[in-house]
Amino acid sequence: MSAGPSEAASVASALVPLPVILPLFAAGLKLAIGLRLQRTQRAISIVVLSLVVIVSLVLLVVADKEGPQVMYAGGWAPPVGVVLVADRLSALMLVVSTSVTLGVLVYSNGQGMADREGATPLSVFHPSYLVLVAGVSDTFLAGDLFNLYVGFEIMLVASFVLLTLGGTIARIRAGATYAIVSLLSSVLFLVAIVMVYGATGTVTMAELPAAIEKLPDGVTTLMEIGLLGVFGIKAAVFPLAAWLPDSYPTAPAPVTAVFAGLLTKVGVYSMLRSQTLFFPGTRLTDVLMIVALLSLLVGIVGAVAQTDLKRLLSFTLISHMGYMIFGIALATPEGFEGAIFYVAHHITVQTTLFLVVGLIERRGGSTDLQRLGGLATLSPLLAVLFFIPAMNLAGIPPLSGFLGKLGLLRAGVADGSVLAYVLVAGGTLTSLLTLYAMAKVWNLAFWRAAPAELYEVGAVLDSEETDEETDESEAEASREQGETGTAFDTGAPASQPPVGSGRAPEEAHAAVGTATDTGRQEAPAPAGHTQAATFGGQQVTTTTRLPASMIGSTVGLVLFGLAFTALAGPLFDFTGRTADELIERTPYVSAVMDR
Amino acid sequence: MTLTLALVVVGGTLFGAGTTLLLCRPLTRILLGSVLLGNGTNILVLTTAGAAGHAPLLGFGHDTSSIVDPLPQAFILTAIVITLALTAFLVTMAYRAWQLSGSDDVQDDVEDIRVARRAVYMEERERLRATYNDWREAYQSMVGSEEEQRAAERRAYQRLGKARDRYRELKDRARADARAHRARQARAEQTAEETAEEDDPWETILGADR
Repeated sequence: MSAGPSEAASVASALVPLPVILPLFAAGLKLAIGLRLQRTQRAISIVVLSLVVIVSLVLLVVADKEGPQVMYAGGWAPPVGVVLVADRLSALMLVVSTSVTLGVLVYSNGQGMADREGATPLSVFHPSYLVLVAGVSDTFLAGDLFNLYVGFEIMLVASFVLLTLGGTIARIRAGATYAIVSLLSSVLFLVAIVMVYGATGTVTMAELPAAIEKLPDGVTTLMEIGLLGVFGIKAAVFPLAAWLPDSYPTAPAPVTAVFAGLLTKVGVYSMLRSQTLFFPGTRLTDVLMIVALLSLLVGIVGAVAQTDLKRLLSFTLISHMGYMIFGIALATPEGFEGAIFYVAHHITVQTTLFLVVGLIERRGGSTDLQRLGGLATLSPLLAVLFFIPAMNLAGIPPLSGFLGKLGLLRAGVADGSVLAYVLVAGGTLTSLLTLYAMAKVWNLAFWRAAPAELYEVGAVLDSEETDEETDESEAEASREQGETGTAFDTGAPASQPPVGSGRAPEEAHAAVGTATDTGRQEAPAPAGHTQAATFGGQQVTTTTRLPASMIGSTVGLVLFGLAFTALAGPLFDFTGRTADELIERTPYVSAVMDR
Repeated sequence: MTLTLALVVVGGTLFGAGTTLLLCRPLTRILLGSVLLGNGTNILVLTTAGAAGHAPLLGFGHDTSSIVDPLPQAFILTAIVITLALTAFLVTMAYRAWQLSGSDDVQDDVEDIRVARRAVYMEERERLRATYNDWREAYQSMVGSEEEQRAAERRAYQRLGKARDRYRELKDRARADARAHRARQARAEQTAEETAEEDDPWETILGADR
């Protein structure tokens, strides 16, 4: 390092690999401990992730002041050795992602304890979760394409386990879709990397810009298509997004939350990195714009049609990917600035919303909007917790969602091309439709009168027969039997099919807390697919008093989301500097190459 | 030194076969497809090392220009390890799917279908209900009016019965349609128990081909 780094910088470069190493080490430690020392194990997870947050913050400050921090693994020079680089973009992504994962971990601890599933989460969930965090950190820090691939794979293998926790039929089905798509994208990524290597003779990101400039346009475009396709699958942009709403909703709430928040953003990060560093004069701008537009519109129209809250949010996730792709497609400093801000904002908000859905499921016993109601009176805190991130997602003025969208739309107007204006219009429409979808959720789940069964807490809403058509026709059938064929009422079904009953009463009782003991309450079957809410894939027991750590971590993440609004000025300055650094390219390249 | 075409052809063939298998429903075939895809990719990676040469070991008297590029080999080793892990996971998942549902086919998402068909169902049901109500009202007005209209009443009653039958039939069909997607899951444990005693998973998996 000949650039004359200060003392702080050389210490910081030693910190670069820690976000990868620490979680991996903790995961190994937990596997060695096994099922013993449950309290210690929870403490280990939380302490390790807190350390990673602190390390990321230090890296953010140093990378902002001193330029990109580089770590040569084993002291090998770039073309052969593995390089880890933390520049402004990587450090920002690290800070946001690790903060969010820490929040979700606290939440999942609360959920595991509330469901009396002490052993299952600790033996399987915690190690996989830590490996996932390590994989995500590795992709953010990777200084060469092959290490990026390895980071993706670490993340994927962990996510397979997390998605199929409990091994219920619904989760295996969801996991199959997810695993096949991920597998295919891994193979394609490897092919794309080999293509890059075959054309340039290197996979080190810092060496690639110079090497790619010598190539003919056709080869560069082919490489770009290969990489963008893979990152597009990861980021779930429209034509490549069908796997997402099929696979995410069946997982436990914390898993869905962290997947929705982080895994897709890893794809966006990779796109940002490759588009700025390798393909600055891209010829695919128009293609990316159209993809962004379709993503925005198709995603949000899909969200409006859903009746299951988790699926609805999954579709809004696909839709809002369009905003980030829009920023990347513009390829202007303002566009990148907006996209980076939006990524940071969206990770937090989307994760928070999925965590709130987990709480709604715990109070209402279902995530089906047709079965929920009256939560605003039953649990005002829950209503506030949902309302703030929902309005943030829709982009209501003072909040960061509005600021992020405004930044992107202004960048689009500044660009001035016809397609950019179309996208500005599409983005505005999507924002309004998001508001419509959120208002629908609000009206159905929170504002209208509560169905009677919601008052009966402690009931386990079991779902053997799970179809609204089935329910209604069964209700009709029973009514027809009860009548003599003369008074056939076509109104709303009055009788409730007596399906479902309490789970083991002592279990229900144990989780109720202060609620009245109605463990054996008969409850009607929820519509929609078989719900699988807990880590083991069982139904949650509804309670009035929600576990403190779940509420606490959700409140924390809501406040974290609001911090983006409060600190929007400095944050936009920072993302502006990040965008400049990305476009300039030399800080990144020289930090790695000038050793 | 020349490049070999054989590696490209073999790699391409494996890639094609793997893609074909990946498009099948049974997880086991998808698994085999992914293995072929992985191997095909690895062979294609090998081609980027250029023409065949000496082993990339220093200190054996070989000139550095005559040894092959070692980096693709390192890629392949890593990729092989990753493919192994993913294959192990897929095998487990296929077995679990077979254990739970008696088949390792990848299932459609029920919720997806439900949302897609809801509009159609609702429309049809409303229409049938309206027809049925018309007939019922006609019948009731006749019943209420005169004793001597018994013949007309009987006719109307028959027509009512017909309308109701048709309504029920269509309703049942709609129900059966919605349930068909869960049929596999419903016969889960039973099939698993039966097959566990008499035959092996391969029978179930490859049975469709016989």
